[in-house]
Amino acid sequence: MDLRDTPEEAAFRQEVREFIGQNLPDGSARRGARRFEDADREWSRRLGAAGYAGLTWPKEYGGAGAPYSHQAIFLEELARAEAPSHLGVIGLGMAGPTIMAWGTPEQKERYLSKILMADEIWCQGFSEPDAGSDLAASRTRIEDKGDHFLVNGQKVWSSFAHIADFCILVGLGDPDAPRYKNLTYVIVDMHAPGVEVRPLVQITGQPEFNEIFFTDVKVPKENLLGQVGEGWQVAMTTLLHERGTLGFALAATLDVAVRKLLALAKERNVTDPILRDRVAREWVELQALKYTNYRSLTTLTKTGIPGPEGSASKLVWSENNQRLTKLALEILGSHAHLSDGGGYADGYWQDQQLRSRGNTIEAGTSEILRNIVAERVLGLPRSR
Amino acid sequence: MDFSFSPEQEDLRREARAFLEANPSPSMEQLTELGWVGILRSGDFSFLDAAVIFEELGRVLYDGPYVLNEVAAQPGDDVWSIEIDGFVPHLEKVTRVLTADMQGTGAAGETVATVDESLGLGRLSANGTEPAEGTWEDVRRRLLAALALEAVGIGSRATEMALAYAGGREQFGRKIGSYQAIAHSLVDAYVAVELSRSLAYWAAWSVAEQDEQVDLAVAAAKSQAAEAAVLACEKSIQAHGGIGFTWEHPLHRYYKRALWLEGALGYGREHRAQIADSLLS
Ligand SMILES: Cc1cc2nc3c(=O)[nH]c(=O)nc-3n(C[C@H](O)[C@H](O)[C@H](O)COP(=O)(O)OP(=O)(O)OC[C@H]3O[C@@H](n4cnc5c(N)ncnc54)[C@H](O)[C@@H]3O)c2cc1C
Repeated sequence: MDLRDTPEEAAFRQEVREFIGQNLPDGSARRGARRFEDADREWSRRLGAAGYAGLTWPKEYGGAGAPYSHQAIFLEELARAEAPSHLGVIGLGMAGPTIMAWGTPEQKERYLSKILMADEIWCQGFSEPDAGSDLAASRTRIEDKGDHFLVNGQKVWSSFAHIADFCILVGLGDPDAPRYKNLTYVIVDMHAPGVEVRPLVQITGQPEFNEIFFTDVKVPKENLLGQVGEGWQVAMTTLLHERGTLGFALAATLDVAVRKLLALAKERNVTDPILRDRVAREWVELQALKYTNYRSLTTLTKTGIPGPEGSASKLVWSENNQRLTKLALEILGSHAHLSDGGGYADGYWQDQQLRSRGNTIEAGTSEILRNIVAERVLGLPRSR
Repeated sequence: MDFSFSPEQEDLRREARAFLEANPSPSMEQLTELGWVGILRSGDFSFLDAAVIFEELGRVLYDGPYVLNEVAAQPGDDVWSIEIDGFVPHLEKVTRVLTADMQGTGAAGETVATVDESLGLGRLSANGTEPAEGTWEDVRRRLLAALALEAVGIGSRATEMALAYAGGREQFGRKIGSYQAIAHSLVDAYVAVELSRSLAYWAAWSVAEQDEQVDLAVAAAKSQAAEAAVLACEKSIQAHGGIGFTWEHPLHRYYKRALWLEGALGYGREHRAQIADSLLS
């Protein structure tokens, strides 16, 4: 056991730190603010060009082929600088890994490097009005018309769809096949005729996710991922990656929030022992998440399989973030109700606290994640 | 970055687990034969080796002075305990006692009745003292880390007992572990214990390496691990129903030890107050 950087890791950390110092554009959006500005795209491009966007991706797909420890270090350094993350969250975290696992050589060639460079933005079309947690109930039709697929239906809660160029779409391929064998997974061009995006305003007042309507959308055959009827398996690959490669990105987000919380507590000169206790607890919880991720990472490095303890990272992170942001509002006192923060952090905490309520819903609700840990990690009998 | 125990330490864990399952209450003589006594004083082992043993002892609810004797790390053949919050665990099983002013004193005094009957708490009577080796700062760090590791052992065992029970017991024609109210509550126990395990190992490493963050690490680990152990025991008792509430079932003994650990050297809030002082200064 050695929790310090190896000399090689330390050198990489130094390199990342220098890169961030020299390249973070002024006026790049505050981390946590989710307005997409030109500066964000420029920053994402620089990350892609320097090889940081796809650190763990193989070199042949434009990645750096680096070990996961580099990914962890990179994310820690981003958090330390409170720098925004890459704009292409869905492409990097979900579409890319899914294409790497299931895609044809042509698909890999066509899509992967553009994800890294933020040249093309992706969205995820999984949830439907009547199929949320129960993804297998998806009803959007992906009909095989011989020389193309014809897509009809509706998706909902689709983040980034309003700025996206492509969508990873799961839908009903064969209505007569049994559950789990009836789904098909395709890549859809968001600029194709028949695709309509309607932004939905969230609890924060910002339109971050959308409805997508598909009306007779023609999708070329070469956009199929996996086989017709294999959509469920392909989707599982996506979801595995959605919940975070070992949760380092989540820990980095929480790291930023804890740094800001400590700064706020100092700025407001918090002396109340109960508030101080709660501030300290959030710091402790962050360390627990971080070191649990390291434990899981070491297991992955040594055995090729991440340790089971990491499976709860998203669950833990979401609840920590909700508690922490509420604590920040309590520290703000009456300023908590002023949407611009009344001079404190520009409304950051008001926005973050409301946004945090989505954390236990998106990417698998906490109830579903507890089911998964209970059944797959703890081996408890299935609930159905 | 390598956050795992060495293959030798994993061997030691296996050996310890097998031995302790057969001998949950070993004598100091048995432990000496195993070569476990004095490992912190010998230059050949690190606190991480001791950490493995401390956690395994927690799992079987070990009821002797070994851990405190190691943490005190005094020269000579005496068996030592440490006065904690005014009381001396296992007073009748030791020959000397270390106090926070770093004095060693003869183990004379009276044993008191305790909720956790395996603690053997005693109150020291006034008797001659002589200066002990080392600093209280170091002893306290080792002690906090050791208590955290013991708590991790207890929390893991309590969770395992609940999982085994919930996987077997049926009501309304179904395994009770298939009910989400039970399953999710055990997930929370598991997650809390695993998170605190990471903190406890971090603390153990920080003690071994005298890392600059050691005081934060041991405070975080002790507070979190003891609270997680209490939580795991409480969820386990609930998942067991009536049988978990009996004297006959071992759970209550785990619970009582966890409750003692939670308060030993200060409840969580006292450690968090220190953490806050350090972070907000
Ligand atoms: C901010 C945000 C961004 C999102 N982005 C995307 C995106 O980009 N693409 C996309 O496809 N989707 C996205 N989603 C949708 C998200 O994946 C779904 O909201 C989620 O899967 C839950 O589905 P639902 O909303 O239909 O709720 P439901 O599945 O109807 O769930 C309602 C409640 O019932 C509970 N429940 C359901 N089934 C069970 C069960 N078996 N056991 C116990 N409790 C259960 C749930 O936990 C929840 O509390 C996003 C959601 C949010 C909030």
